[in-house]
Amino acid sequence: MKKKMLLSKKQNLMGWVFLAPAALLICWMSFYPMVKALFLSFQTGKGAALTWAGLYNYKRLFQDMVFKQSLFNTFLYLLIQVPIMLILALILASMLNNKQLRFKGLFRTMIFLPCATSLVAYSLIFRSLFAVDGFINSVLVGLGILKTGYNFLGYPNSARAVIIIALIWRWTGYNMVFYLSGLQNIEYSVYEAAKIDGASPFQTFWKITCPLLKPTILLTAIMSTNGTLQLFDESVNLTYGGPANASVTMSHYIYDTSFKFVPNFGYSAAMSYVILVLVAVLAFIQMKVGDKRD
Amino acid sequence: MIKLKRFLSYLFLSVVSFISIFPLVWMAISATNKSVDVTRGTMIPGGYLFENFKNLLATQNVGAAMMNSFKYAIALTVLSLAICSLAGYGFEIFHDKGKDTVMSVILLAMMVPFAATLIPLFQMMSKLKLLNSALGFVLPTISTPFLIMLFRQSARSFPHDIIEAARLDGLNEFQIFYKMFFPTMRSTYAAAMTITFMNAWNAYLWPKVIMTDKLSITMPMLVANLREGYVTDYGMMMLAVLLCSIPTVIIFFVLQKSFAEGITGAVK
Repeated sequence: MKKKMLLSKKQNLMGWVFLAPAALLICWMSFYPMVKALFLSFQTGKGAALTWAGLYNYKRLFQDMVFKQSLFNTFLYLLIQVPIMLILALILASMLNNKQLRFKGLFRTMIFLPCATSLVAYSLIFRSLFAVDGFINSVLVGLGILKTGYNFLGYPNSARAVIIIALIWRWTGYNMVFYLSGLQNIEYSVYEAAKIDGASPFQTFWKITCPLLKPTILLTAIMSTNGTLQLFDESVNLTYGGPANASVTMSHYIYDTSFKFVPNFGYSAAMSYVILVLVAVLAFIQMKVGDKRD
Repeated sequence: MIKLKRFLSYLFLSVVSFISIFPLVWMAISATNKSVDVTRGTMIPGGYLFENFKNLLATQNVGAAMMNSFKYAIALTVLSLAICSLAGYGFEIFHDKGKDTVMSVILLAMMVPFAATLIPLFQMMSKLKLLNSALGFVLPTISTPFLIMLFRQSARSFPHDIIEAARLDGLNEFQIFYKMFFPTMRSTYAAAMTITFMNAWNAYLWPKVIMTDKLSITMPMLVANLREGYVTDYGMMMLAVLLCSIPTVIIFFVLQKSFAEGITGAVK
């Protein structure tokens, strides 16, 4: 008996040895910088010469038009792109889950393929496709829809629209694969029973697929929200944040204030804390909403 | 009616598939064409590939960027998989109240956006003299809550009887981990490898911040540099984009199946 006790104590200790490197790294590389950023956000100055400034940085945020624009853009991308992408991914996944469908593997591979390109790469592909003298304009002019090339990236709304289109293109397949995996855990007989009961595909989708996939939908919603709030590569490389900051994202602006312009780490840290709070609040809301329907 | 429905679903899937691969096909074709032809919207492969390649090599240090990207991505993938799978296994197999609490604290780290830690991380790395180094590149993302969770989830399906039997046979805990757990969880490792390698290869913000030396830049950074001139050479740029995408596309095709299997365990 005593030996067994000793053994489990030893195993308990082994467990800590197993997880210590990962846990310590997260503390060092995630929590510690987070606390440091909080202190930094109460200081102001250029480069390394920082002085205590209290809430100055946070007050400045409310007067900063570019920051407000970046906040607006980020939320616009979030509210338009994430729902469209997730619904499209769900529809595609439920279509591909049909056992009678042929070429399933081929369709899945092709729709999933955009994920294999790097964010910088696809940003530049879309920039070239939508350039004034680019492919899309050539086709539109060739078909007689437009007389001359339209400057998609030169107007605020179309520039934002191109970013949204690009994001949907890149990430729909990724989310679809998560849903397909989730669907595999649902017994196929449930669908057959629904069919016998005379449920329409639409009813099956809303009444069976969506509720049973709820945990996966929640996971993808949180991942996408998190990702969208941190958008950087697309804003930098697709639209350069332009025209005149009209499509800039929060991470892009933070990068500019700390590494492109005269470095102002305190102010950037204050902005980054706004993102931190937003991510936390949105994740909390999503989890609450996800729980309620149980 | 049923026939029409079936036709419509095939049509829809075909259109979506076409839109998904079209930009990539366009990119590959553009890499073989002159800049003017690319913008003219040519969809025919041209004979300018070699010329584009020569121009690219003349203006950019592609070899160094490729080597760096491989070095950083492989280092991160190996370290990350080793440390996160150990942790995921530890959290599940030896779980008790204390470790469950630590796990939920670690999950909180998932909410920390990278931008929020970026500036302190940059300051830490420059203090540790790790700017322009592979170690500086990998340190912040070796241990990620997502991978720990993935491995913890897969350890849940690892039978406890096997562990007990192995213990009776005199294997120590580490031996059980790498002789029993590691070989049986191949698809989880493959999924984790795909995700980590792709993230590492595609990383842009972090290397842009810490790779201040021209010789330390990564492929995505090199590709992004190409757009900075006044006149963009589209053919050359698309060739660089193609070169930057080849490794991840290969990984994608090789590991696609195990990726799907691996995350099936995770979303259960």
